[in-house]
Amino acid sequence: MPMRELPIAAFAVFVLACATPAQAQSPYGIGRAATPAEIAGWNIDIDRYGNNLPPGVGSVGRGSEVFDQQCAACHGARGEGGIGEQLVGGQGTLTAANPIRTVGSYWPYAPTLFDYIRRAMPQNAPQSLSNEDVYAVSAYILYLNGLLPAEATLDARTLSAIKMPNRNMFVGDSRPDVKNPACMANC
Amino acid sequence: MTEPTRIDKDKVATSRRRFLREGSSMAGAAVIAGALGGGEALAASESSANLPPNVPEWMKTPGDPMGTQPYGTPSRFEKDVVKNIPKNLPQYLSASGRTPLQDLDGIITPNGLFYERHHGGVPTIDPAQHRLMLHGLVDKPLILTMEDIRRFPSESHIHFLECSGNPGYEKPYGKTASDLVGLLSCAEWTGVSLKVVLHEAGLQPGAKWVVAEGADAAAMTRSVPIEKCLDDALLVYSQNGERLRPQQGYPLRLLLPGFEGNMNVKWLRRLRVAAEPVYSREETSKYTDLMPDGSAREFTFYMEAKSIITRPSGGQRLIAPGFHEVSGIAWSGRGKIRRVDVSVDDGKSWHVAELQEPVLTRALTRFRLPWRWDGQPAVIQSRATDETGYVQPTLAELLAVRGENYYYHNNAIWPWRIAADGEVSNAHA
Repeated sequence: MPMRELPIAAFAVFVLACATPAQAQSPYGIGRAATPAEIAGWNIDIDRYGNNLPPGVGSVGRGSEVFDQQCAACHGARGEGGIGEQLVGGQGTLTAANPIRTVGSYWPYAPTLFDYIRRAMPQNAPQSLSNEDVYAVSAYILYLNGLLPAEATLDARTLSAIKMPNRNMFVGDSRPDVKNPACMANC
Repeated sequence: MTEPTRIDKDKVATSRRRFLREGSSMAGAAVIAGALGGGEALAASESSANLPPNVPEWMKTPGDPMGTQPYGTPSRFEKDVVKNIPKNLPQYLSASGRTPLQDLDGIITPNGLFYERHHGGVPTIDPAQHRLMLHGLVDKPLILTMEDIRRFPSESHIHFLECSGNPGYEKPYGKTASDLVGLLSCAEWTGVSLKVVLHEAGLQPGAKWVVAEGADAAAMTRSVPIEKCLDDALLVYSQNGERLRPQQGYPLRLLLPGFEGNMNVKWLRRLRVAAEPVYSREETSKYTDLMPDGSAREFTFYMEAKSIITRPSGGQRLIAPGFHEVSGIAWSGRGKIRRVDVSVDDGKSWHVAELQEPVLTRALTRFRLPWRWDGQPAVIQSRATDETGYVQPTLAELLAVRGENYYYHNNAIWPWRIAADGEVSNAHA
């Protein structure tokens, strides 16, 4: 293995030294510069403010079609759950004996919906939906949760503006939160 | 099962195989008890042709030649020691398989028995085509090949890894140690310090978090505070001396010693240095801890001190009164285990157990207590204290603060009930 690695690594250092002199000054000079195009292709992160959401627009109506074709088989016809998780309902159950955590009842940020659907759904073909269809199906799921009207459309600006009902219910880690006195005898 | 979020919960574990294994554990216990007691109970039920004074058959003919197994596997007599994989799950792409803790000794988990949790199946990644991209708040965005990553100075450390849903807080609880806390394993990890790689790119002011992303079909994403990244975080390519197994993130994974398993992103392809967490689905709708008042704790990274007796434990059987070593494992995400106490009288009194060296930070620590069982019903349990002084709590203490909906980070003391016939079962079940 090292025999094979050595010429390639040496070549990489050579290329690096020629192409980007600044990198030769870094501690080890290992690796090469990532280009803006490469980063744009891979950076699919959408933060809670909706930063990095792509252009495009999708309607609840179109989302209903996409959902029927791509999502309903696992998540149920109206997001009630099945093989896949329940996506709709559960509002008011978070303090109950069996809380139902859905997009509508639990998720704090709407842009996360776009991020997650694009990166991981549908489970059999992630990253296969167009951005327009990801907006559309996000809109449909929010509609099913009573968070958007039936005629609504979503784009980067409007998705970012949605305030999720459970948004203010998340708090920091206050552990350690229990104290066992560690009794040794006559406990 | 009306709550669909239970579908990919980690604690569900029912297994026909478990019953088979319990059977073999019983046989194992019989051998041990028989040997210790000087008995020959088992021998009577088997052929005596290989027993003294006869010469065993495997001495009268040559064994398998060299090369029979280019990659060695366990004896066929150990075929039931396998991962504890739940039966009848609705789907197996987002699911988990558990380490059979009660069948293992020492502190190192064999790679083939290391617990698994995936969210989009196990990808098959050609290391020659795998790249790690490092970008965001850095001076020089980088792309690294696996050969590049292996050129950096390497380090090896022994650390446990534990899923944060291990187990939940509500019944039904599992029967065996594996059912309860089998989403736990420990290995020697080799890789490069994440700090070294971050410095290679050059951190910019405002760099507070690193968002890590996997190259699996879930593109699993978690945000890690920069303090952890500049402390003991590793980019790992080898586990227990060999390259990572596909199930463990081949060819590259993040390792954050002491942090919940989900954050240790496998098949690592991208690190984005950021001012804020990304608030991914995995750190908002999942891996947040729901409190009784409806609030939820987020970014609950540390796995707190915990221990469990693995022998004797649920599904095993003590075949006779007399000497039995009580043995188990303890660990803490906050550092080293300082002490483990063991009670054999349902918590009325506790004894300090012996800790097997080495006692390493954020690693499993094996403990032992010699015990003479009097044949009466008993409840045995262990209680870990870590170097911060934190003491492993009881389930009742946790439930009083967190309630049953908390789901993650259950580090409760877990008692085993031993019946008069020697049968060991879950005392909380």
